[in-house]
Amino acid sequence: MTATQPPGAHLPDHPDFLWRNPEPKKSYDVVIVGGGGHGLATAHYLAKNHGITNVAVLEKGWLAGGNMARNTTLIRSNYLWDESAKIYEHALKLWEGLEDDLDYPILFSQRGVLNLAHSLQDVRDSVRRVEANKLNGIDAEWVGPDEVKKLCPLVNISSDIRYPVMGATYQPRAGIAKHDYVAWGFARRADEAGIDIIQNCEVTGFVTDGNKVTGVRTSRGDIAAGQVALCAAGHTSTLTDMLGIRTPVQSHPLQALVSELLEPVHPTIVMSNAIHVYVSQAHKGELVMGAGVDSYNGYGQRGAFHIIERQMAAAVELFPVFARAHLLRTWGGIVDVCPDASPIVGRTPYDNVYLNCGWGTGGFKATPGLGWCLADTIANDEPHEFIAPFSLDRFVTGALVDEHGAAAVAH
Amino acid sequence: MQLIECPWCGSREETEFHYGGEAHVVYPDDPASLNDEQWAHYVFFRANPKGLFAERWNHSAGCRRWFNAVRDTATYRFHSVYRLDEQKPTIS
Ligand SMILES: Cc1cc2nc3c(=O)[nH]c(=O)nc-3n(C[C@H](O)[C@H](O)[C@H](O)COP(=O)(O)OP(=O)(O)OC[C@H]3O[C@@H](n4cnc5c(N)ncnc54)[C@H](O)[C@@H]3O)c2cc1C
Ligand SMILES: [Zn+2]
Repeated sequence: MTATQPPGAHLPDHPDFLWRNPEPKKSYDVVIVGGGGHGLATAHYLAKNHGITNVAVLEKGWLAGGNMARNTTLIRSNYLWDESAKIYEHALKLWEGLEDDLDYPILFSQRGVLNLAHSLQDVRDSVRRVEANKLNGIDAEWVGPDEVKKLCPLVNISSDIRYPVMGATYQPRAGIAKHDYVAWGFARRADEAGIDIIQNCEVTGFVTDGNKVTGVRTSRGDIAAGQVALCAAGHTSTLTDMLGIRTPVQSHPLQALVSELLEPVHPTIVMSNAIHVYVSQAHKGELVMGAGVDSYNGYGQRGAFHIIERQMAAAVELFPVFARAHLLRTWGGIVDVCPDASPIVGRTPYDNVYLNCGWGTGGFKATPGLGWCLADTIANDEPHEFIAPFSLDRFVTGALVDEHGAAAVAH
Repeated sequence: MQLIECPWCGSREETEFHYGGEAHVVYPDDPASLNDEQWAHYVFFRANPKGLFAERWNHSAGCRRWFNAVRDTATYRFHSVYRLDEQKPTIS
């Protein structure tokens, strides 16, 4: 960007219509419930990798208007356990080629992420995670306070603040992308392949025959389905309750906010688990900040003010110059949180119904990877190896994937 | 932020309270007889309705006592609060 251009001038023009708005057909081979990033990516890879195009994506509101439109777009793969490393790194590799695949700008910007450590135990846990990442072929380093300051000069590395910065894990390949463009790019590709994207179409029930679902009831009539994939994020329980499937997810409000537009001041992503704030700077110039989930269950797509207050207190201590920035806008999404902070993907008690939920506060980064693996799962009627560890029955077998330490947002 | 009615202290700010999840989850009568699936359901699985939900709250920065509430998870409105030894109220 040159000095004479206003912020945002380098962004691409808003696109023309990118997909048709067809009437629902009577029947589809595959019905995907939920037109967020996950549903749309699954549709795209069903067409691209498997030639399956008699598919509908049903969205109760507007395309990708749920968490996809509300998230803070951080993308990274520095998770602790092998199971998580595989799926998130698979996704990150796809992100790196996604603009070409979709032939659409997604503004994927690999500016790196710093996950700060504030106590000796934080330091030990962080170094352990760096070593685990390296063993999984994921780029990761441990950096000290001075290097943190070099990577993001705004960070206060003074030792006399309440939670001093003792260092950070650093993943250089991490980044951000323009969430709406990601959804639109997937939608356009799926639509081009002949897949029907149907907005304002709420799934209100299911037609079952023994342990098969034969169709979905919607606000626009019944639609028969060969296979059904549930990609409804925070609203998953409202669907599984109708099917009599119990899931261990709890839906919580999660908020984010942005400042007014500023000059480029914040070159990387900074996250802090301990004090519950994370920050990046959007392409246009807003500081984008997130916090932890609200403690209580909720579907209201808004959160409590005291969470913002706490988050701002932490942010101002860590980035003293933020005290002068104006808050522009806050909003909330509804995220589905699992007891082990890992998603649930895979089979259900119904033969032809697949579940994808529990991504909680961190599912945007998984979008292409999940779409790839869920499409493969649907096409072969067998869980893809990367999602197999995330089956619903892990809560019975005890093979949990306990990612609280690397999931990053408190929940 | 909203006011929550503690059964002992009256209306207090939300920040004084700690959330405890679903109410009325009963410890198994005969724990040794449970199979893995039943244990999983006792430990991990909780109701997650969009609408009225009976849940536990603790007035942690006040009298520090636990109580139950019926709250609407879509509007966040509290419909009633009641003590642990009281029956779940029926709300129409
Ligand atoms: C404030 C916030 C910040 C976040 N930050 C990050 C981040 O930085 N990085 C990251 O990786 N993740 C982040 N996340 C999490 C991420 O947004 C989600 O994990 C991810 O978007 C979930 O998948 P999805 O995109 O398909 O969900 P959604 O976009 O929520 O899609 C689900 C769709 O299903 C639809 N639906 C629900 N019920 C029905 C029905 N009955 N019939 C039809 N349609 C239905 C909804 O309307 C919705 O559009 C954040 C989330 C929030 C709220
Ligand atoms: Zn009290």
